[in-house]
Amino acid sequence: MNKLKLNLGPQHPSTHGVLRLILELEGEKILSCEPDIGYLHRGMEKMAEKLSYIQYLPLVDRIDYLAGFFYSELLCRTVEKALNIELSKRVKAIRLILLELNRMASHLLWIGAFLMDLGAVSPFFYAFRERELILQYFEKVSGQRMMNNYFVFGGVRRDIEFLEDIEEILKILPEKVNDYEKLITENPIFIQRTKNKGILDKNTAFNFGITGVNLRASGVELDFRSGDYLYEGIEFKPVVLDGCDSYTRYRARVQEIRESIKIISQALEILKSEKDLNQNLLNPFTLSLPEGEYIQEIEAPRGLASVYIKSTGEKTPYRFKWRTGSYYSVNLLRKLLKGAYLNDAIAISGSLDIILPEVDK
Amino acid sequence: MNYLYFLYIEFLAKHNIPQLFGDLTFYIIPCCIIFAALLVVVLALVLFERKLLGWFTQRKGPNRVGFWGILQTLADAFKLLCKENITPKGADRFLFNLAPVIIFVPVMIALGLIPYSSEFTFMNFQTNLLIFIVIGAMPVLSILFAGWASNNKYSLFGAMRSVAQILAYELPIAFCILSVAVLGSSLNLTQIVYAQSSRLGVLGWFALPCFIGFVITFICMIAELNRCPFDLPEAESELICGYNTEYSGMRFAIFYLSEYAMLFANSLLLAVLFLGGFLSPLGKFLSPIIFPPEISGVMVYFEQAFWLFAKTFLIIFVIIWIRATFPRMAQFDLLKFSWAVLLPVSILNFFLMVIFKYLTGGGYV
Repeated sequence: MNKLKLNLGPQHPSTHGVLRLILELEGEKILSCEPDIGYLHRGMEKMAEKLSYIQYLPLVDRIDYLAGFFYSELLCRTVEKALNIELSKRVKAIRLILLELNRMASHLLWIGAFLMDLGAVSPFFYAFRERELILQYFEKVSGQRMMNNYFVFGGVRRDIEFLEDIEEILKILPEKVNDYEKLITENPIFIQRTKNKGILDKNTAFNFGITGVNLRASGVELDFRSGDYLYEGIEFKPVVLDGCDSYTRYRARVQEIRESIKIISQALEILKSEKDLNQNLLNPFTLSLPEGEYIQEIEAPRGLASVYIKSTGEKTPYRFKWRTGSYYSVNLLRKLLKGAYLNDAIAISGSLDIILPEVDK
Repeated sequence: MNYLYFLYIEFLAKHNIPQLFGDLTFYIIPCCIIFAALLVVVLALVLFERKLLGWFTQRKGPNRVGFWGILQTLADAFKLLCKENITPKGADRFLFNLAPVIIFVPVMIALGLIPYSSEFTFMNFQTNLLIFIVIGAMPVLSILFAGWASNNKYSLFGAMRSVAQILAYELPIAFCILSVAVLGSSLNLTQIVYAQSSRLGVLGWFALPCFIGFVITFICMIAELNRCPFDLPEAESELICGYNTEYSGMRFAIFYLSEYAMLFANSLLLAVLFLGGFLSPLGKFLSPIIFPPEISGVMVYFEQAFWLFAKTFLIIFVIIWIRATFPRMAQFDLLKFSWAVLLPVSILNFFLMVIFKYLTGGGYV
């Protein structure tokens, strides 16, 4: 049989115009896959070298538009740690709540988009309906739905309000997640499409640098939230499932939503008892990091996100480097798509939760 | 049908036109009726599906053009009519242009074979059913042309999947339809409908004794129509749009509308074969009770058509419901499902029906 070269993307509805997979096919079987990235490159790292920290802060939300809070938190955290600034308990709780809400919104969108890739129409709208609650809350708090720009160095832009909205989200979401599970989890076609597809074993995951839910769905207990200072005093269990396939990755994400709900309700208790905001804001105009190298990490929805700053003591960093989870997942497609069939290709790449702005930066 | 024919001849005789002319030109009339009705039905169906999908997914559906969005599909069709027709470089121009032309032919023939009421079938042959089966598989030819001629790899994949799928699902459907023919002792659709008549209404329908056949035919029908969960040939998230990726303007609209026309024709067939066609589910027709005796003779025909369309729309509703619920199947599971599950079961069902027919001797209710 002749080999066929197929360009999956960039102008393909499932790759959203920003990812190109060069597939070599034999019939519908994929012989090799070569991801071609860079369609969404915005020079995020180079930009950091030209801008002061406060100028750069509003841009970092755009690294992952679905989980913007994580990246602004990461930058704020790096600066705060470098300057040895302690956050008050209320600020920590606020940040924690917003981060976890953002994680839920991100996972909800993933569920919708993944099912859309598999050809189911409705879950997309159902997931967006619940995500809308969260986004509306973000809008109330920060004035923006997605690029929130709410965290600042040493605290948050202003105090959090509308706690009853969060309580309502926490009340509604578990029921709705149960609904998704009824519609999706036991669906025989869904199981057929995802079970034993895109198997990612432990060693491969380690070799490719996979982190986050994808790694935990392969049975590795590695959750950077456990050592995180925001999560001190919060009880939570990392979701570790031992299935290694797309189906397990789906289940892990659904369970993470439930886990996030628990975390938020604990953080709400802290928020209610600590009334004093007690911020320790930095003057952004004189802000500069002392000479040295700084690394911080955070558990973003798509795996470990970390930042590396090399500073020479000036107002702008000398070198700035982001590490994002999706970048490694895209690379993994080379391995996972080999030997798969064409109509599993979309399902497998969808299950890894790849966000291209995060890859290209 | 004879009614219409005599009306036409009478009309011509009044104007002193020989009957030979009437005999020759009469067949244009049903063609025009089918075509006009088809356009209306298809435009309505597109709106029906979009509205229903909207409600299933907590949206409003089209609601801007015209009252309640009624004119939305008309506006879409008009927009597509105004668009440029693009023929891609390297395409086989002849086949590329031929494909959308011939895709409407089988569905028009198929609609002519359906008995809309006891006296109203455009083409009432003794072997109506057989012709329908043959015609039903013809759109794949057009899909194959379109996929091959487009000079696009995605289109080719879509066409190949479509052919494999229709080959796989045509056999079980044939066996199920055969079992209906056995039950009705006929290959004529009107007689099959009459064979389902009983005083108890619903209990006489073939969907009851031949329930397995009904379910299999329903599944295979969805597969033949390339609809979710069997919409692999035009899987949007994988193959972009399958065989009609490269089509634009009115050619695309014709493909799009023909899908709905086939949906309608196949649902009609399913209603005729298994759900008693134009028979009333109550066992007797209501119009002699409602209308005065002078017009009730004619109104019965309308009532029959009403029951048939009601059943058809029920089937279409279920198909849309399925689309709103299920994800798409994988190619190999799909073929395995047909060859390994549906085909053996449908053959078994066929023999069961033969035994059933032998035991009951026809009049089982």
